[in-house]
Amino acid sequence: MAQRTTEVIVGLFMIAGLAALLFLALQVSGLSPKSAGDRYTLYANFNDTGGLAPRGKVSMAGVTIGAIESIELDTETFQARVVLAIDAGIDNIPADSAAVIRTSGLLGDQYIDISVGGDLESLNPGDTFYSTQSAMNLERLISNFASGR
Amino acid sequence: MESSAYITLKDVVFSRGGRRIFDGVTLDIPKGKITAIMGPSGTGKTTLLRLIGGQLRPDSGQVTVDGHNVPALKRKDLYRLREKMGMLFQSGALFTDLSVYENVAFPLRVHTRLPEDMIRDIVLMKLEAVGLRGARKLMPSELSGGMTRRVALARSIALDPELIMYDEPFAGQDPIAMGVLVKLIRDLNSSMGLTSVLVSHDVPESLSICHYACILADGKVIGEGTPEELREHPSDRVQQFLNGQPDGPVPFHYPASDAAEDFGVTGGAL
Amino acid sequence: MIDRIAALGRGGLDVISSFGRSGRFLVGVLAGIPRPATGFPLLLRQLYFVGVLSLAIVVVSGLFIGMVLGLQGYTILSDYGSEAAIGQMIALTLVRELGPVVTALLFAGRAGSALTAEIGLMKATEQLSSMEMMGVDPLRRVIAPRLWAGFIAMPVLAIIFSVVGIWGGMLVGVDWLGVFEGAFWGNMQSSVDFVDDVLNGVIKSVVFGFVCAWIAVYQGYDCVPTSAGISSATTKTVVYSSLAVLGLDFVLTAVMFGDF
Repeated sequence: MAQRTTEVIVGLFMIAGLAALLFLALQVSGLSPKSAGDRYTLYANFNDTGGLAPRGKVSMAGVTIGAIESIELDTETFQARVVLAIDAGIDNIPADSAAVIRTSGLLGDQYIDISVGGDLESLNPGDTFYSTQSAMNLERLISNFASGR
Repeated sequence: MESSAYITLKDVVFSRGGRRIFDGVTLDIPKGKITAIMGPSGTGKTTLLRLIGGQLRPDSGQVTVDGHNVPALKRKDLYRLREKMGMLFQSGALFTDLSVYENVAFPLRVHTRLPEDMIRDIVLMKLEAVGLRGARKLMPSELSGGMTRRVALARSIALDPELIMYDEPFAGQDPIAMGVLVKLIRDLNSSMGLTSVLVSHDVPESLSICHYACILADGKVIGEGTPEELREHPSDRVQQFLNGQPDGPVPFHYPASDAAEDFGVTGGAL
Repeated sequence: MIDRIAALGRGGLDVISSFGRSGRFLVGVLAGIPRPATGFPLLLRQLYFVGVLSLAIVVVSGLFIGMVLGLQGYTILSDYGSEAAIGQMIALTLVRELGPVVTALLFAGRAGSALTAEIGLMKATEQLSSMEMMGVDPLRRVIAPRLWAGFIAMPVLAIIFSVVGIWGGMLVGVDWLGVFEGAFWGNMQSSVDFVDDVLNGVIKSVVFGFVCAWIAVYQGYDCVPTSAGISSATTKTVVYSSLAVLGLDFVLTAVMFGDF
């Protein structure tokens, strides 16, 4: 019973498994070496977050600059308070920018888009977005349309 | 002359599956001699070997091997005691994925750290003792029944044990193979000074080689002694067993209802 | 009537005692970790029999399942105009669910039944008894390497299954049905999270591998040592393993992917 051959074959088996895992990591889940630690927090309050969910995309001019950490209900103002994690490299968002909830495609996922303002001052970590636009509610749109604007 | 007992069973009681297999069995197995344990099928002769080897524990009673109280032994001590025992199973029980050579070498590889050339010498010596040195490269599937048993015998003496137990060694063997086994058992016993325990229901062969015999039936010892003493034994059951009488204390008919009822013939006219 | 109730009670007690035996058996096997010098070659051999020889069925099944997912997914998604999402559909389905579960079922059928039959046969021909009588612990020498081999080989097989399936889905989606390759991979990468999806899938397959190997090895060890007993034990291995895998899959999915 060729012990050597068995060892080699089992070794190849394990290597194949590791290679497959690596493939899953890089090609399938898009894992990149960038650490997720270089982010800072911003807040935004919405009247209606619609279908927004944690891990959703935060983008500016169509480029992803961060992710949604969590969504909570503020029991005093009865608004939704969304915690955003923005990449540390994007540290000069004008202070009067707006956070808008958009939908990708007609039935796609919802994400937050930062609409750039003109202020010379930037938002600091822990700041809250001044103006926000809530999610587009399809039923309200249709009833508005049906009732003649 | 009396040799001291190597194995002692005292008042051993053992049940399994609701059936009392041993009901107060007491017997001594002398050291250095061949002892045959005989009895009708199903009296638990193999169970006795398992009790001696510590694979089973008696419900009550003592099992002593070479001074050690077997049921009370801890796992490590039990395994060390087993290194002094060899057991030949009814089917040989060779490891089917190892060659004859590797099978015999197995106990040596596991229990000793001997170098490879010493292991080779020992294995070949043991195979020579059973006459199968030339078969060392064969696989168990290529062996005949008798050869399988001889290889198993070689394996069980690989570590030079003090005790060797044979479980139905003569079952289903042709006369030549039987003769070979009888010769081997006798030679091994005299040349190595082993204590041999032979479990069998083959009366002529067993009595021809043993020094001492014991007959078990219904969970008890019904007769024991040297072969000559047993042949003169007064008990009817012993005589029926030894002489192979079909009817006697062990009846021919399995208990059944009245024959007349079964055949529809009752007293009186139809 | 009373007899039937008694029989039911006896059956229940048998099941419970069987669980108890298998638990003690497991403790015995895990406690007997073999010495590295002798144990490693045994483990290696078992990895070969259990893992490498299962590769064929895993790869072929993975390929076909991936291709079917591609076809079916395309049909459904094209109704919504979202064909580009097919990449993430295939990847998530395979990595989270089908990879671990189907591989476990195949494993139970192929390697599990082989292990049970082998150990059962060793028991029936008294090889395990004779090993014990020679002072070698069969749990340590025969059973433990097989248990560990199953435990190690299963996640590897599951990962390979997922990868082959994704590749098969890509063959169908991109090469045959014409989904844009960039969208296929891009959508997949943005929705498959390594920790939450891939690693959770790996954890599932580790659990499944352990359970399947344990059941297979125990059924072989505990079987009635006759040919009828071995065949019944082999059947039990496949049935119990499959049920256990599907049940555990529900529990693990609820814990990992449910938002509780």
